[in-house]
Amino acid sequence: MARFLVRRLAVMVGMLFAISLVTFLLFIVALPGGNPAGMLAGRLATPAEVHLISVHYGFDKPIWVQYFRTMEHIFDGTSYSYQSGFNVLSEIEAGLPTTLSLALGAGVIWFLTSIVVGTLAAIKAGRYTDRVLTVLSMIGVSMPVFFLGAILIYYAGYKASLIPISGYVPLSNPADWLWHLIAPWFTLSVLFIGIYSRILRSTILDTINEDFVRTARAKGLSQRQVLLRHILRNSLVPIVSLWGLDLAQVIGGGAILTESVYSLHGVGYLAYQSVQHFDTVTLLSIVMLTAFCVVLLGAIVEVLYAFLDPRIRLQ
Amino acid sequence: MASLRDEAAFDTGITAEILDDTVELPPGVGPYRLAWRRLRRNRVALAFGLIFLLIVVLCLLAPIYSQDIAHISPDYGNPTGTVKVGGKTEDILNAVGIPVGPTWNFTHYFLGADEEGRDVAVRLLYGGRNSLEIGLVATLITMALAIIAGTLAGYLRGITDGIISRVLDIIWAYPAVLLGIVLGTVIEIRGLGPFHSTTLLSTALVVGFVYVPYVAKPIRAQVLALREREFIDAARQLGLSPLRIMTFEILPNLASTIIVFIPLVLANAILNEAALTFLGAGVQPPNASWGTMISDGISTIPEAFHNVLVPGIMLVLTVLSINVFGDGLRDALDPRARIRIGKE
Repeated sequence: MARFLVRRLAVMVGMLFAISLVTFLLFIVALPGGNPAGMLAGRLATPAEVHLISVHYGFDKPIWVQYFRTMEHIFDGTSYSYQSGFNVLSEIEAGLPTTLSLALGAGVIWFLTSIVVGTLAAIKAGRYTDRVLTVLSMIGVSMPVFFLGAILIYYAGYKASLIPISGYVPLSNPADWLWHLIAPWFTLSVLFIGIYSRILRSTILDTINEDFVRTARAKGLSQRQVLLRHILRNSLVPIVSLWGLDLAQVIGGGAILTESVYSLHGVGYLAYQSVQHFDTVTLLSIVMLTAFCVVLLGAIVEVLYAFLDPRIRLQ
Repeated sequence: MASLRDEAAFDTGITAEILDDTVELPPGVGPYRLAWRRLRRNRVALAFGLIFLLIVVLCLLAPIYSQDIAHISPDYGNPTGTVKVGGKTEDILNAVGIPVGPTWNFTHYFLGADEEGRDVAVRLLYGGRNSLEIGLVATLITMALAIIAGTLAGYLRGITDGIISRVLDIIWAYPAVLLGIVLGTVIEIRGLGPFHSTTLLSTALVVGFVYVPYVAKPIRAQVLALREREFIDAARQLGLSPLRIMTFEILPNLASTIIVFIPLVLANAILNEAALTFLGAGVQPPNASWGTMISDGISTIPEAFHNVLVPGIMLVLTVLSINVFGDGLRDALDPRARIRIGKE
């Protein structure tokens, strides 16, 4: 276990380093002249002023010095957005409650729903229920998030006035919080339910023919016990690993589309804004957060793996 | 004696005639012919494959519809014009700029106008052509890069595998949409060699690049298993070069995996193009695509919802038809899938 954690930690640091470097270089290459000073100074600035800003921010230094300085500021929380001048860390902190509410709520919904849908489709394989569920998950997989969002906003929001049209209400007002998140949760979950339930269905159908399932039946367990304790527990392995990665990406700002359709000003929305304004520091910080979540949840998932399937050893 | 033989044959499921060695065996049927037979029996998959073909043909006919039937170019806005809707004359854009809905008159603003007074039906076909084109090119890019990366990493292992796998991991750790808008924005500003923001190829390149790890990882895993098989060993003993083994021994064995992945990647590429365009990092105006149409249409909610609904339905229908056909294709190429369903 200790060796596993140390190895994981080393991989994690390496990945974070590589990802930050790639993002940093991409934006240095992209910025006009490789120097954000011109943008910071504004259109009417004299060359002398641009130079002053350049020196102040250290844009005149070699790229690797700039990189390490930027990263230093990101980690000690003293980096300021090139675009708005706000502290990046506090901007992310401001967006985090929205994104966490969206991600965790939707994550629970899509995980549980796809287990129910996938199991139902598998035990009714080939029959009417299975066909209907297959058609539904196919449509779910083919549905663009922003189109589904637009449909919900128009029909349920404007036409039927069932849901609020956009915005986020803090958790301090639980009823309104829930009210404003129902549509975004649904929108974000549909795609994942489609993917997960189909994977779970085929894994269950594979597992049903395994020897240990026959043994479980032979020793007289009820159908329900066989299904829950033996088949489902083993079939959950691929779903759990996918869930970890997807949830990590959504927490780290991956729900850009959902957040922008519903005007939820979370981390994804911030990432989108920072790309549009070439705000390297903000984007770098968010990408670091995403990568951190991905690597961290990846490690947690591997521990869960070993719990679900005793044949898997941590090494 | 004969009865014993019959009984043995019954047990193994082989008829007595075949056990008789004087009878000649029928010629074998290849795996792809078998797959085709299975696919032909899957009516639903074939029907959706046909729908997809129909959409492709319709989009290819865009110039003909635009010039000879609707007599309007996709970029021509006619904000002050009028159309007849059910015998009544209506402004294309009314006094507050809200576009007219579908006229259901096949020759004139069939599916209504957008917020600049352009013909939605004409733009739908032109936009579809762009969306499909980007999807197709992106799929080719993804598949080519993924096959090369996956095969090299899986066959050569060692340091090559280490480098390729780490690069794939880095791409993988980015959310697909975020990486897409980062790359899309970079190319939009700076261009990338010959690719500029106004060409569709740059969008295709971004979309294609993002999906490489999703295909390369499974291919690498399969190559890792394949390289331990006897026939690869035999090829190595014969002194064939690694390049030759990879192209002529490994690649043919990856064919069914590759075929299964193509519709999957195509469907996702078309969706991702629309998503990037929706966020402003994909297809740039004046080019139309289903993504730009939906994104323009969302600004006219709730007054002119047909601007979102029309391209949205086309997008879903296209992706759905690719997905259902692809599913049928996978079932046909992977016979175990059939057995799986039968055994329950």
